[in-house]
Amino acid sequence: MKRSKGRSAFLVSCIAPAVILFFIFMILPTLNVFRMSLFEKGAYAPTETFVGLKNFRTLLADANFIRSMQNTILLIVVVTIITFAFALVFAAILTREKIRGQNFFRIVFYIPNILSVVVISGIFSAVYKPENGMLNSIIGLFRDMSDPILWKGEKLVMVSLIIAMVWQAIGYYMVMYMASMSSVPQSLYESASLDGAGRIAQFFQITIPLVWTNIRTTLTFFILSTINMAFLFVKAMTSGGPNHTSEVTLSYMYSQKDAGLYGYSMAIGVIIFLFSFALSALVNRVTEREPLEF
Amino acid sequence: MDVKRQGGDRLYKFFIYVMLILLAVTILVPVAWVFMASIKENSEFYGNPWALPRGLYWQNFVEAWNAANMGSYMLNSVLVTALALVLLLLIALPASYCLSRFKFKGRKFLNTCFMAGLFINVNYIVVPIFLMLRDGDVWLKKVFGGGFLLNNLVMLAVVYAATALPFTIYLLSGYFQTLAHDYEEAAYIDGAGYRTTMWRIIFPMAKPSIITVILFNFLSFWNEYIISMTLMSSAKGPKTLPVGLLNLMQAQQSAAQYGIMYAGLVLVMLPTLILYICVQNQLTQGMTMGGLKG
Repeated sequence: MKRSKGRSAFLVSCIAPAVILFFIFMILPTLNVFRMSLFEKGAYAPTETFVGLKNFRTLLADANFIRSMQNTILLIVVVTIITFAFALVFAAILTREKIRGQNFFRIVFYIPNILSVVVISGIFSAVYKPENGMLNSIIGLFRDMSDPILWKGEKLVMVSLIIAMVWQAIGYYMVMYMASMSSVPQSLYESASLDGAGRIAQFFQITIPLVWTNIRTTLTFFILSTINMAFLFVKAMTSGGPNHTSEVTLSYMYSQKDAGLYGYSMAIGVIIFLFSFALSALVNRVTEREPLEF
Repeated sequence: MDVKRQGGDRLYKFFIYVMLILLAVTILVPVAWVFMASIKENSEFYGNPWALPRGLYWQNFVEAWNAANMGSYMLNSVLVTALALVLLLLIALPASYCLSRFKFKGRKFLNTCFMAGLFINVNYIVVPIFLMLRDGDVWLKKVFGGGFLLNNLVMLAVVYAATALPFTIYLLSGYFQTLAHDYEEAAYIDGAGYRTTMWRIIFPMAKPSIITVILFNFLSFWNEYIISMTLMSSAKGPKTLPVGLLNLMQAQQSAAQYGIMYAGLVLVMLPTLILYICVQNQLTQGMTMGGLKG
């Protein structure tokens, strides 16, 4: 009896701090996102007025918001496809083939992942600089550079963001897939080889199906993190500009907060929440396969 | 036939090496370039970007450290990161131990809540967190004559620790679940209480997982800039290193003090790079822990 009393005191003292902090700084703000989206609340007025779904109706007519959604979707689709294609192929090569300096490549490819997005955007500002940036000076070897390519101009800014985001993400996913691919038994490849299956056939018919569960989980996490990374990159690299062309949903939410439109900003927050849940449910559904055992 | 096949193999191998080296170069060259640029004089930035520095112009670092305040930002970042890590471990370790190894009412509910927390991205809720702390400050000012929730390094560390809880608890619980219950049984028979058992027997065994937790959270706290920028927006208040760097980068666009900016970049990424070189094995292997492995 006495022991069980001590037990619950111990449990409470261990769990309570985590629950309290989690509640104050994660649950409460999340609920607040949904609540505040129904109110009109400004930076300088202390009061808030209930306006129902008015914020959402304004959103649907807001061209900048629609563009930010389009940009977010574009980044999710393109960055995910490029990153996963490269990461899977490179991981398969590094685990399957005897490559000299394998460890060196693994270490190098992971470097971008440990850098702050602020640092990466600093690095890429040197890459993209129009007059004498790294990229333009290399392209200048092949063509006339009297009118330099404006990498952060309206036309190319999304491409520049995609390059930077892929650069950052590739190594992390490659290392992750290397770990799961190395557990695929060698004998499978050997017997496939005897049956005359080439490297490409082996990749699609053995490697991919066997690490599919891993691909599935990481895909969901990658898509969710891309929504977030897109914000970090946009905020540090372009601040949404020029002329709102590179705005993504989260950066637009943040700019509305800076403008003092808290209710409106939180309506965008609600859309992001719903969008990311719907998207992960969709991805989960689409990628569902019979799990294979080996 | 055989000879032809070997020739194809060779070509394939060669092609692989070219691709791998190309990717390694695109990662290493921009990073190395920034290191090189950090010791260039300002006048050197108008010529060929690939020119080697004329000399070691360390003055950039001195100016970044003193005039651009990077020194005090560095100290702030060290303080916030260390405090957040200590808080996080003190709170998350006991909580994940209890949540994963004790049966009690509400355990399943709490575990589900923390799991759901994995899907709440901090940047989705940064605006309500900011508003909550701001309203708290207003209230404190009314009652005690001064608020301390915003522009406060300790508060920032608390927010970092709180928002890192779901991931950390998920990772640690995954480890604690794998332990046999015999360890506790033996300790209880020897007369050890719950607390002693936890601190003296269980936590020392979890050292590898704890190191992984520290590594990942160190990187995310050190590199974080959105929360830091939002909660410490006062111009005179303290700033963390990435935010200071971001301001420096934005100021640089008009003042054109490239050398100082690149020195600042080096100051931000050097600690993470050094850490990475020391522990790269732990980091790339720790990634597959916590059940992400397929």
